[in-house]
Amino acid sequence: MFTDLLAQHFVHTALLAGAVVAVVSGAIGIFVVTRGASFAVHAISELGFTGAAGALVLGIDPVIGMISGSLVVGLVLGLLSLRGRERDSAIGAVLAFGLGIGVLFLSLYRGYATQATNLLFGSIVGVSSRQLFELTIVALIVTAGLAACYRPLLFSSVDPEVAAARGVPLRALSVAIFLLLALTTAEAIQVVGVLLVLTLVITPAAAAQRLTARPGLALALSILVALVATEGGILLSLAQSWPTSFFISAISFAIYIAARVFKRS
Amino acid sequence: MSAVVSAEGLALRFDERILWEGLSLELQRGEFLAVLGPNGTGKTSLLRILLGLLEPSAGRVLVNGKPPREGREQVGYVPQQRAFDRDLALRARDLVRLGLDGHRWGVGRLDGAERARIDRALESVGARDYADAPIGRLSGGEQQRLRVAQALVSDPALILADEPLLSLDLAYQLAITGLLDERRRTAGTPVVFVTHDINPVLGMVDRVLYLAPGDWAIGTPDEVLTSETLSHLYGTDVDVLRVRGRVVVVGTPDDQHVHHVDYEH
Ligand SMILES: Nc1ncnc2c1ncn2[C@@H]1O[C@H](COP(=O)(O)OP(=O)(O)O)[C@@H](O)[C@H]1O
Ligand SMILES: [Mg+2]
Repeated sequence: MFTDLLAQHFVHTALLAGAVVAVVSGAIGIFVVTRGASFAVHAISELGFTGAAGALVLGIDPVIGMISGSLVVGLVLGLLSLRGRERDSAIGAVLAFGLGIGVLFLSLYRGYATQATNLLFGSIVGVSSRQLFELTIVALIVTAGLAACYRPLLFSSVDPEVAAARGVPLRALSVAIFLLLALTTAEAIQVVGVLLVLTLVITPAAAAQRLTARPGLALALSILVALVATEGGILLSLAQSWPTSFFISAISFAIYIAARVFKRS
Repeated sequence: MSAVVSAEGLALRFDERILWEGLSLELQRGEFLAVLGPNGTGKTSLLRILLGLLEPSAGRVLVNGKPPREGREQVGYVPQQRAFDRDLALRARDLVRLGLDGHRWGVGRLDGAERARIDRALESVGARDYADAPIGRLSGGEQQRLRVAQALVSDPALILADEPLLSLDLAYQLAITGLLDERRRTAGTPVVFVTHDINPVLGMVDRVLYLAPGDWAIGTPDEVLTSETLSHLYGTDVDVLRVRGRVVVVGTPDDQHVHHVDYEH
């Protein structure tokens, strides 16, 4: 039965979509973790949910609502370019309010409850060819953005003072990384859902950081971990009909634990 | 020959608080300027003004004949010490490399000459043995030496160093000051050196800028480091003693800071 499933078109689409999302999530995760902005990922994804819920109420495509919600939050966080504690409390406040609005939207929504459930927990196996196409376009935008900004982004993430002194535009890069993060988050939501975005954006990068101190290798490993978790999760959920998101987060977490146990190479 | 740094009538005020006013300063090629003074008198702020990161409240500055913002790529900056995150995916050599090409867009590859330059910079601060170690695992003194390598690797036309001797033991204090001294002798690169303790650089200092709360003085060490000048600056009796070729300042309100502080961990 498992091998029958593997021959199905929808399975191929799901695996391809998972790969596309894993690559961008793993890549951007390294910058997010280096900047200590994990909490921001959570905020962006939850407010993406608010945007999607708002779109459902208005009867428009929830993906549009989700991307708009994430982008608005990403833009605000990028412009504030706060650091440390100040940023955490600001994000916490905005996040809580945004989620409250999301709850209100959901209660106003009279349509199919599965739409909302899919947003929260992901629906990779239901991805259509058109969705796959859209995911790929957005992923290409994120990849191009990261590649174009790679060095100054790394510089401003690890060493902001000297980067600023060398003329690296910190604020512009902060806006850029948060906007790219918002796009990535909107992608990841479609695979693992709002509640589990961190499992693709943060966990692989955190694991990779434990394994190597080479920036380029860490980026590659982060992508690899995200890929293994996503594809493995999809395959396992076909064999055993538990939620895909569960398997993805379990694999990603297992690799993280293993990386913590093993010494850095 | 035109001055590398020329500042006229600089003032620094935060709200009602006046840190200094009417500060004028010319720095010629090859000059070594020590900036002394207690905490909070605006030493770091002065460097930030020279980097174009902070606008002075009044006055005007030119670096290499241009506003500081435009000449930033030619400045080597050693920031005041701040420890790196233990798990940061960055090696010692990556930090130095960022000083060379971190401000350039794109992913970028090093050519052989650039690689050799990074190796030479690492070697010059005695960092060859830990060139591939994760930066966050190195001691404060090792990180500080890498900062100096990072500032030198870009072949700067001006060096600004903010308390670079902090957490260095005597042997490395000598190595670092020797390195900067050699640089300004052979390449003519002027050095602005913020320090709590004048003694490690006494032999190479051409001029001293002494910032006291609300006032300042500039001149040769023999002119500025006298009981008369410092008593006038602080508005209280200060004694400057010369003991075995060392300068000892007694009676300043921040007396406890005069001694060398070592944060090595
Ligand atoms: N942006 C700012 N706004 C208000 N006060 C500031 C700002 N930047 C620095 N200061 C104040 O200016 C004083 C001088 O700071 P700094 O240049 O770091 O002194 P130093 O390096 O000599 O210890 C400090 O008291 C600091 O609180
Ligand atoms: Mg300072």
